[in-house]
Amino acid sequence: MAGLAAVLGSGAMTNSISELEQAACIFVIGSNTMAAHPIVGRRIIRAVRKGARLIVADPRETMLSKRADVWLRHQPGTDVALLNAMARVIVEEKLFDASFVEKRCKGFDDLRAVLLDQDLSQGEQITGVPVDDIVEAARTYATISPATIIYAMGITQHSRGTDNVMAVANLALLTGQIGKPSTGVNPLRGQNNVQGACDMGALPDVFPGYQKVDDPKVRKKFEKIWGRKLSGSPGLTLTEIFEAALEDKIKALYIMGENPVLTEADVTSTEEAISHLDFFVVQDLFLTETAKLADVVLPAASFAEKDGTFTNTERRVQRVSKAIEPLGNSRPDWMIIRDIAQQMGAEGFDVNSPEQIMEEIRDVVPSYRGITYKRIDNGGLQWPCPDMDHPGTPFLHKKSFGTPDGLGKLTPVVYIPSAETTSHEYPLILTTGRSVFHYHSTLSRKVAGLNVLGGGEYVEINPEDAALLEIGEGEKVKVASRRGTIWAKAHISKITPPGVVSMTFHYAETKTNVLTHAALDPVAKIPELKVCAVKIEREIDFSKDLVRWGAGRRA
Amino acid sequence: MTKPISLIINGLPVQAPQGATILEAAQGAGIFIPTLCHCPDISSAGVCRLCLVKIARKKKLHPACHTPVPEGMEVITDDPEITRVRQVTLELILTDHDFNCLFCPKSGTCRLQQLVNQVGFDEDRFARLKRVAKDLPVDTSNPFFDFNPNKCIQCGICVRTCDEIAGVNALDMAYRGYDLKVSTFGDKPLKESVCVSCGECVERCPTAALVRKRIEHPTREVRTICAYCGVGCGLYLGVRGDTVVKARGDPANPVSRGELCVRGRFGYRFIHSLSRLEGPLVRAYDRIERVDSSGGRGKDGEPVTRPLVKQEGRFVEISWDQAINYVASTLSHYKGDQFAAMSSAKCTNEENYLFQKFVRTVMGTNNIDHCARL
Ligand code: SF4
Ligand code: SF4
Ligand code: SF4
Ligand code: FES
Repeated sequence: MAGLAAVLGSGAMTNSISELEQAACIFVIGSNTMAAHPIVGRRIIRAVRKGARLIVADPRETMLSKRADVWLRHQPGTDVALLNAMARVIVEEKLFDASFVEKRCKGFDDLRAVLLDQDLSQGEQITGVPVDDIVEAARTYATISPATIIYAMGITQHSRGTDNVMAVANLALLTGQIGKPSTGVNPLRGQNNVQGACDMGALPDVFPGYQKVDDPKVRKKFEKIWGRKLSGSPGLTLTEIFEAALEDKIKALYIMGENPVLTEADVTSTEEAISHLDFFVVQDLFLTETAKLADVVLPAASFAEKDGTFTNTERRVQRVSKAIEPLGNSRPDWMIIRDIAQQMGAEGFDVNSPEQIMEEIRDVVPSYRGITYKRIDNGGLQWPCPDMDHPGTPFLHKKSFGTPDGLGKLTPVVYIPSAETTSHEYPLILTTGRSVFHYHSTLSRKVAGLNVLGGGEYVEINPEDAALLEIGEGEKVKVASRRGTIWAKAHISKITPPGVVSMTFHYAETKTNVLTHAALDPVAKIPELKVCAVKIEREIDFSKDLVRWGAGRRA
Repeated sequence: MTKPISLIINGLPVQAPQGATILEAAQGAGIFIPTLCHCPDISSAGVCRLCLVKIARKKKLHPACHTPVPEGMEVITDDPEITRVRQVTLELILTDHDFNCLFCPKSGTCRLQQLVNQVGFDEDRFARLKRVAKDLPVDTSNPFFDFNPNKCIQCGICVRTCDEIAGVNALDMAYRGYDLKVSTFGDKPLKESVCVSCGECVERCPTAALVRKRIEHPTREVRTICAYCGVGCGLYLGVRGDTVVKARGDPANPVSRGELCVRGRFGYRFIHSLSRLEGPLVRAYDRIERVDSSGGRGKDGEPVTRPLVKQEGRFVEISWDQAINYVASTLSHYKGDQFAAMSSAKCTNEENYLFQKFVRTVMGTNNIDHCARL
């Protein structure tokens, strides 16, 4: 998000999901779309059926990579090198949209200098993708219009995630494949309301509507509306919060509806950080791994038990309606927050319905001004929707970008190897993926059928590596990184290339994130969940192995 | 807009858009034509032959779902001859159908049943044709739905749905003639196939061949949005009493247009794991353990529906008043930058707004974040 907002002026998906079907070329990078966002995946497949060209960049084999015209199977963590190589082809072969670059972008000369600095064979060396494929992908994307780019956490969950995103944006800006229907740069948001949580200012550096906390004018405005003096120093990010807790700088923590003990990179130190807290409140539907460590657990109601709105990945604000009363003794989150705030004597919290809160949101977030419960009753509205007559905005950046000067910023980025690389001791690269049956951690695990299908944690390993390590299908293996060790069953398949293994992080019983790395992207502060170095060993099952050794005649 | 086409159906002048089929033209004019293998959002295969109609100056009968209308076409959709042909077609479908309708989960919503009522059949002829129903094994491997080949009429809707809607291609028609049947690759059980359990085929199957495992008919439906991923598909939650018993796609939703994935269609059941918690935590704990024995998971994740406070390492229940009091009075000692909060990408906009407002105005810090970075 940080990356995209810096170069385009908005971190959201530029275009709409329904526009995908009309695209003539789709470039998917770092997204196992059919598993993580199945309905978007289907739109991509439909476009392909209608003749769209599909380029997929993914180290893992996915349902989409099988249908791709070009599958770029780059080494995990080398996205920038790959994207730069493509951009180089576009610049070198003059495939870029010169008039678009001149009128609507800046920074072309700097970018060109950096791109031409590295030749394609270096790109091939780093990424493992043959030059011919890189060239074909670049030409396809640059010359077929409308072309759109889809990416997801495979791009952002890197210690260089911001660079990745900028490198993606460079491609769209160079070729002018943005600001029109069925083009653009489209990050797919993970959980249902990530977009909304960002829009609402659940971020340390911005008030609702991405208005900077360190801008005195903005702060004045909010101080006036909220009637309180406000802090002008940006707060700590998720990962920094845990670090600060570890140093006893954060003493009280209040978590609403998240399970960081399961989902944070480097789980062990997260747990330790929590143990340092004086006071820890968790508000959730379930007694999660995180809630178990809390001092107070407040039972929240599920989405079926409350009214409100979610904003989806294409900026569409949609209405959530209460189907049943809160179960047991639970309460909707907004009610709990209101009651605590009022108990603490705070003003401005006398709200009796989510709709009332929405009215306040409309006052403070300009792009939500035209959004009312009544208007979104049928199909929702896509922000920016600045007034009551505005029909919503299916795609952004039509005439100018959201940056201060309205220009798209071509940003040179250079490839820097992942924060963690393989070594003699940890020779394999672990990437974390996700399964279609689960989303993140808690909810889907409560559905019996999804568990049957999700079926526990596997580590996917290529046959070549499996043979080398003498690992058999279904065998329990030890996966160790520099930070921790877990056990999982081996699943031998060509889904991952040699040298790369892959796991998901949905299961509490094998906390994959024990292994991963908390190295932060310096700008977006996203922990590196996607790449870490591991070793895999067979677990010696003495009963079995001794029998086998003893029974030489059978072996 | 291109000019509409004029045609005549059963003597009535009718207008239809360019490129429409006879079926679409008839439906547009409110004229019913029986169909079994047709489904509006997928391609038509023209295999069931129930929609046969007469076209003036043409000898053969033509499938309405598959025949485009040219300007000036004259169509007859119903006469004794057509009815007879349709009856025979239905009778042939029924010869080896396992029709114990009374006990069938699809009874009342089954298209085959409706058409038998509408089109009728000839008892004598049917008695002569009747064969023993095939007694094929039912595939119950999928946790959400079953496939009962004895109820299957080989309309192919599921095969086309899985290909065209789901983009998965888990199903195909296998074998020939009498043995023709819907099958996964290598005839494996669904659970072991590439099927992703999205249930799109189940939603469209006209009979009880592909059918949800647990059928409870909701008494009311509430339109809302799926809570799993950022796509934000439109959802109708079906409620019976105070329990959510079903979820289906919202055809009017501009994002999903009625489609759902496995999480949206069947994942609503996480609500249930909560709803059944009426007694002490220990019991709910037991229940979850049992449900989960197949997944082999640990001992986490009991539902919480009461405020809890930890005392000497154990949780005890307290009232809401006590909980709010306790949290409020404790937090008032931790104002400023020693406090931090994490908001949730699973909560609503309104809740996120209120939470950050609480953190900023009451606690006096900008230390608020959420898992968007993940
Ligand atoms: S399973 Fe249902 S949809 Fe599929 S062919 Fe049989 S009757 Fe048709
Ligand atoms: S449930 Fe979905 S994936 Fe499985 S067979 Fe049906 S349509 Fe195909
Ligand atoms: S139905 Fe599936 S794709 Fe749609 S929002 Fe829910 S989880 Fe996402
Ligand atoms: S509906 Fe036309 S052939 Fe089946």
